[in-house]
Amino acid sequence: MNRFVWPLIAVAGLLVFLVMGLRHGDPRALPSPFIGEPAPVFELPTLMNPEVNIGTNTFAGDYALVNVWATWCVMCRAEHPFLLELAARKAIPIYGINWRDSRLEAMRWLDELGDPYLASAYDEDGRVGIDWGVYGAPETFLVDPEGTVIYKHLGPLDPVIWQREFVARMSGGGQAK
Amino acid sequence: MKRLIVLVVTTLLVSTAFAIDKGKKFDDPEMQARYERLISEVRCLQCQNQSIKDSNVSLAADLRREIARMIDEGQTDEEIADFLVVRYGEFALYRPRTTGKTLVLWLAPFLLVLFGGFALVRVLRHRMSLPIDDDVAKEGQSE
Amino acid sequence: MIPEIGQFALILALSLAICQTVLPLVGAQRGDTAMMGVARTAATGQFLFVAVAFGCLTYAFVTDDFSVLYVANHSQLSLPNLYKVSAVWGAHEGSLLLWIFLLAGWTVAVARFSSGLPDAFAARVIGVLGFLSIGFLLFALLTSNPFDRLVPAAVDGGDLNPLLQDPGLAFHPPLLYIGYVGFSVAFAFAIAAMISGDLDQRWAKWTRPWTTVAWLFLTLGIALGSWWAYYELGWGGWWFWDAVENASFMPWLIGTALIHSLAVTEKRGLFKSWTLLLAITAFSLSLLGTFLVRSGIIVSVHAFATDPTRGFFILSFLAIVVLGALVLYAWRAPSLDSDAGFSPLSRETFLLLNNVLLVVATTVVLIGTLSPLVVEMATGDKISIGPPWFNVAFLVPMIPLVILLGMGMHTAWRTQNAGSWARLLRIPAIIAILLGVVIPLLVYGRVSILLVVGCAAAVWIVVSSLIQPVRSLLREKGTAGITRSALGMCVAHLGMGLFVLGATVVSAFGVESDQALQPGQSIEVAGYDFRMVGLSNVQGPNFSAIEAEIEISNDGEFVATIRPQKRQYLVQKSPMTEAGIRAGLDKDLFVALGDQLGNNTWSVRVQYKPLIRFIWLGALIMALGGLIAISDRRYRVNVRKKAVIETGEAEATA
Repeated sequence: MNRFVWPLIAVAGLLVFLVMGLRHGDPRALPSPFIGEPAPVFELPTLMNPEVNIGTNTFAGDYALVNVWATWCVMCRAEHPFLLELAARKAIPIYGINWRDSRLEAMRWLDELGDPYLASAYDEDGRVGIDWGVYGAPETFLVDPEGTVIYKHLGPLDPVIWQREFVARMSGGGQAK
Repeated sequence: MKRLIVLVVTTLLVSTAFAIDKGKKFDDPEMQARYERLISEVRCLQCQNQSIKDSNVSLAADLRREIARMIDEGQTDEEIADFLVVRYGEFALYRPRTTGKTLVLWLAPFLLVLFGGFALVRVLRHRMSLPIDDDVAKEGQSE
Repeated sequence: MIPEIGQFALILALSLAICQTVLPLVGAQRGDTAMMGVARTAATGQFLFVAVAFGCLTYAFVTDDFSVLYVANHSQLSLPNLYKVSAVWGAHEGSLLLWIFLLAGWTVAVARFSSGLPDAFAARVIGVLGFLSIGFLLFALLTSNPFDRLVPAAVDGGDLNPLLQDPGLAFHPPLLYIGYVGFSVAFAFAIAAMISGDLDQRWAKWTRPWTTVAWLFLTLGIALGSWWAYYELGWGGWWFWDAVENASFMPWLIGTALIHSLAVTEKRGLFKSWTLLLAITAFSLSLLGTFLVRSGIIVSVHAFATDPTRGFFILSFLAIVVLGALVLYAWRAPSLDSDAGFSPLSRETFLLLNNVLLVVATTVVLIGTLSPLVVEMATGDKISIGPPWFNVAFLVPMIPLVILLGMGMHTAWRTQNAGSWARLLRIPAIIAILLGVVIPLLVYGRVSILLVVGCAAAVWIVVSSLIQPVRSLLREKGTAGITRSALGMCVAHLGMGLFVLGATVVSAFGVESDQALQPGQSIEVAGYDFRMVGLSNVQGPNFSAIEAEIEISNDGEFVATIRPQKRQYLVQKSPMTEAGIRAGLDKDLFVALGDQLGNNTWSVRVQYKPLIRFIWLGALIMALGGLIAISDRRYRVNVRKKAVIETGEAEATA
């Protein structure tokens, strides 16, 4: 094979690679490093009652959704009705982390729109958000009964994603209906 | 697409909402220099390819604050990098760390130059052996 | 109505492009003069219709026709007129139309100035360019039509991205694209040569001016982009190794190699396969760049609205064009080897080194740009490769290159006497090393290895580049002076030296400081005092802003007043920073407003940037060098010689 064929081979290889790259999906999506790992430990005062704390051990023992939200986040508002629905039919315990928000605003928000959370942690300075690798709101984590993070979804939750990504990962189908 | 909207909107909203002190000052110039270098090498994960030094969004400010805190506590660069990688993955660092995989990356330029060098020597040997004819003898001062 | 005319014009342009491609290529194969003659006419026709389409889109913007979707998305009633025009190429569909327009423009230029070329060759060149036009026109019409209607029409538009509302950014894409697209001409020349099997010194001579013009525009376009990023983005950087920046830089590196390789091919009939491959690669990288930016495959601040469907289209087109060219290359290149030799110390050797190092540099940039994707697909891990890696990796081939640059210029073809060569270069080398240490030490008070190497290299190139022009100035009356080609080379290299100096000094000695400031307060950076005199509200045509008045003084002596702003654009509502800059050739003093920290307190980023203007000045001078080179007598269209060429008698190369 003469050496002049090498550029052709190299470029053909590059092209195949680029095709694969195109089909690969969203380059912005950042997989969570915690998938398959224990949920990052934290303890924070709750939103409603600063005297009471919640943390990682609060949701141990059962599947749980940990939903990162804030009043300044438009998409959080968009997913809120679905979270309320999930809470109403007791599909899964939902905990919130109120991220970089004003306590007053957040309480008012939940008051007005409804509160799907068993409790919301109040992460004022974002430190816990960083510990969970949060980089945008809303983010929703699925934690198993042993406290391992099974899945993270960036963006608003909807029935399709719930079914496809969350329910499918809960052995025994969780309590989805 | 949705993700894009989410990120863009939250970025836009957040960047104006929070007043955060940029550029933590350390009295010690060495610590300050270290701080500035580190923050220029960490990616702002809410942004489209910017370092947390150059970005105005809240996450960038939060990360700057954390890094400043860690420098204050006396953590090493390695430990600070670990902190970020545990939470956000290697993606957060603009300087790929020298692990087995990325070692190739860091060696690549040198390997390429070496390879080029070998190829060059071969060509030169060949050309040296050919007649250097003297027709059209221009002295080559003009290109 | 007008948008429909525009769309129709594009369709007509497409059909003319098809004529422009098929007939001349077939005609050249058959020796059919009539078919070959279609080339020039079809090219002119295509250009006219594309111009009409471009005009229609511009008209839609200028008349605020928000029934056109593209206009509605990227314009606004209150947008100043200059930006209504520049908004035409401000996003994907319009910039694609600009590409098509410039491709048609280059084709017409080739048609117009190719009277010295044999008919079959010219026909093939224009035919290949036509093929490229077909691809892009199809891409526009099928996936990215700028004339799509919005029904019902919007009352007002979504506004042009505020980042783009800037004179620098208005000119950056056209300049850049003229260069980017211009490499298609060298590409077409290469294909035409491979089809006919004729690649000789005449071919190189024809190709050179076209390549140089494209290259100089690309140089200007990149420099403008860098300058714009510096003053507009507010963080004082001038190059971030962002994927899109790299996409324009890689063709530039290969284009530079191509210009030099063409010199060897023209002079001695050597490096033919190198030159061919470089010509193919330069344009392929242009296409690759287009793909990377518009397909969504890579994250970047510059990326256009991304869409995998468009990505697949471009990739397919890229595949056809590049693989096709490389098949021709694999077929023809083996027979191109010539038997001329040269000794190890010769200009040929230096230019070979030049080729190798530039290709290595390009590969480095390519690796850095694509590796995150490779790693992610191979292992699922996402990594980032940013300036920390690029800055180191890029220097590996570049440091040898800048050192060799100073030597190569003064080396004779075929073989160079080592003694006289060393004698000539001894003094410049000593000056370079001396100043390389002295400049950092005396002027800025610090040295480091990289600094000394950078400054020494810069001085070395500058002094070395001046040798020939100075000799020419001091020559005896009546003796031949330096040719424009050679002068162009010296000037371009001089520009490179200035660039290296600017980049080295600003990277090493630039000072940056983020501090909180209130009216009446003053801070000190790099020996200068920056006092915030006051804050005020300012209204622009489509934005409102907070403006800070900052007074700069040095040891009590007034230097300047600058006015950085924090703008809020009315429609897109994104906050934008307009930096206040006190510009100077020796340094820039740069202030940008950060966040509001309190009632009257703002965080400001103050920067001291020594010699930063040398970066863009250097690039400008490089481009000037290119301009001087192509104004050489040899390239002027010479009617007398046309008859000689056409009868096939080889012209003794100038």
